[in-house]
Amino acid sequence: MAFDTGLAVLVLGVAVWTITARDTFAAVVGFVAFGLLLALVWVRLAAPDVALTEAAIGSGVTGGLLLGAHTHLRRTETAAAGELPGAALRLAAAVLCAMVSAGLAAIVLLLPEPAPTLAPQVAANIATTGLGNPVTAVLMAYRAVDTLLETVVLLLALLGIWSLAPDRVWGGFPGPHHDADPQGVLTFAAQLLVPVGILVGVHIIWDGSVAPGGEFQAATILAAMWILAAMVGLVDAPPVSRRWLRILLVAGPAVFFAIGLAGFAMAGAFLAYPPPYAKLLILTIEIPLTLSIAATLALLVAGPPERAPQR
Amino acid sequence: MSLGLDVLTILAVCAGAFFFLAGTVGLLRFPDALCRLHALTKADNLGLGLIVLGLLFQVEGPFAALKLISVWLLTLLAGATVTQLIARTARPGGTPE
Amino acid sequence: MADFLLAAAGFVLAMVALGLVRILRGPGDADRIMAAQLLGTGGIAALLLLVEAMSVPAAVDVALILALLAAFVSVAFVKGAARTEADGA
Repeated sequence: MAFDTGLAVLVLGVAVWTITARDTFAAVVGFVAFGLLLALVWVRLAAPDVALTEAAIGSGVTGGLLLGAHTHLRRTETAAAGELPGAALRLAAAVLCAMVSAGLAAIVLLLPEPAPTLAPQVAANIATTGLGNPVTAVLMAYRAVDTLLETVVLLLALLGIWSLAPDRVWGGFPGPHHDADPQGVLTFAAQLLVPVGILVGVHIIWDGSVAPGGEFQAATILAAMWILAAMVGLVDAPPVSRRWLRILLVAGPAVFFAIGLAGFAMAGAFLAYPPPYAKLLILTIEIPLTLSIAATLALLVAGPPERAPQR
Repeated sequence: MSLGLDVLTILAVCAGAFFFLAGTVGLLRFPDALCRLHALTKADNLGLGLIVLGLLFQVEGPFAALKLISVWLLTLLAGATVTQLIARTARPGGTPE
Repeated sequence: MADFLLAAAGFVLAMVALGLVRILRGPGDADRIMAAQLLGTGGIAALLLLVEAMSVPAAVDVALILALLAAFVSVAFVKGAARTEADGA
């Protein structure tokens, strides 16, 4: 159908442009544009939860991370642009990418019709979880252990980033200091957008049990709003050695893990929920988890400590 | 009744699409970054407002309508402030601070 | 009505595509930062039309997030470009 073809061509065009862009800043802009268009593709495929996640994490937070990388790389950029890898290396990279693309295309096109799916079983048993959104049911009830492990992976990534700090600023403030101009347009923009963003984040997590949404998307919005406030200088990042910060980071996964262990006593298996209390338990997990993931993502984008803690 | 609403939707969405066309023509033809920014912000936001107006006649229930209007207001808000920032970057020798 | 809305979404998307071609080519950082603004309005318009054409009313939340994130990345880009100029590029 014409609309789908046009959308696919547009997305591919932006992707090709991003890869061939010479300037890192241009490439980051292209990547963010690609992510936002991909969210449209997901909506076209009737997957609003994936679209939410793509727009928030794949485009917004990853764009922030790449922009931080661009800032760090700025000094070496002219030197790096001067050296091109040899023809043999480029040919090898092209062949490898083509093979991966051909493999993915083959897998998708050779799927049996209708594709094997567990969706009917999910829909049949969703009443016991007390939820209305099948995606949230899969994430928080059927495959809750995967979600728990994902949050632990995020924490490990944060540890990796913190370990990049030089010794003299160990445990200090992440990122450079931003001066706030109280009369400036940046401050005004942040003061208008941040409260709205927090409201939208709360709406997404609350609605996530019956409509598209969930804790990862809501946490990303909250993290983006915090990063926005930090970029204009309205708040400063806390030193990463503060105890309350570390407790905030660990609280979500800890609660998740504790409820999982309690599942042995209540329903006979790790992360099993007794049906009458399923929705209550899921909410009890989701709220601290959202706050923890928001703090983790915000600190991931803020980067390794750059200023010494004042102590 | 439903035919009347459909006609209104078609009119509003067509008007919105026309403003998007005007904005894109401006984007392609204007010589200066600031002029392009002008065309982009004003025309495209107006086009979005007209499209939202057209879709209001199609949704069911007041909450869905309220959500559409809040999307439009948020886009206006974000667009107005962010455009100022981009303009200061585009100004010769200008940074936003 | 659904076909009309889908066609309108396709038209708006074509306008966004044309705009992107011009913007991403444009010299200077200010032009490229406009890409986030373009997608923030045009992309949301196409999304809302698509949502109504496909009758998935729950996906309007994606438009909310697109608006917020487009504003956020625009501010991030402006800060990134400003730091570039301040460093004397």
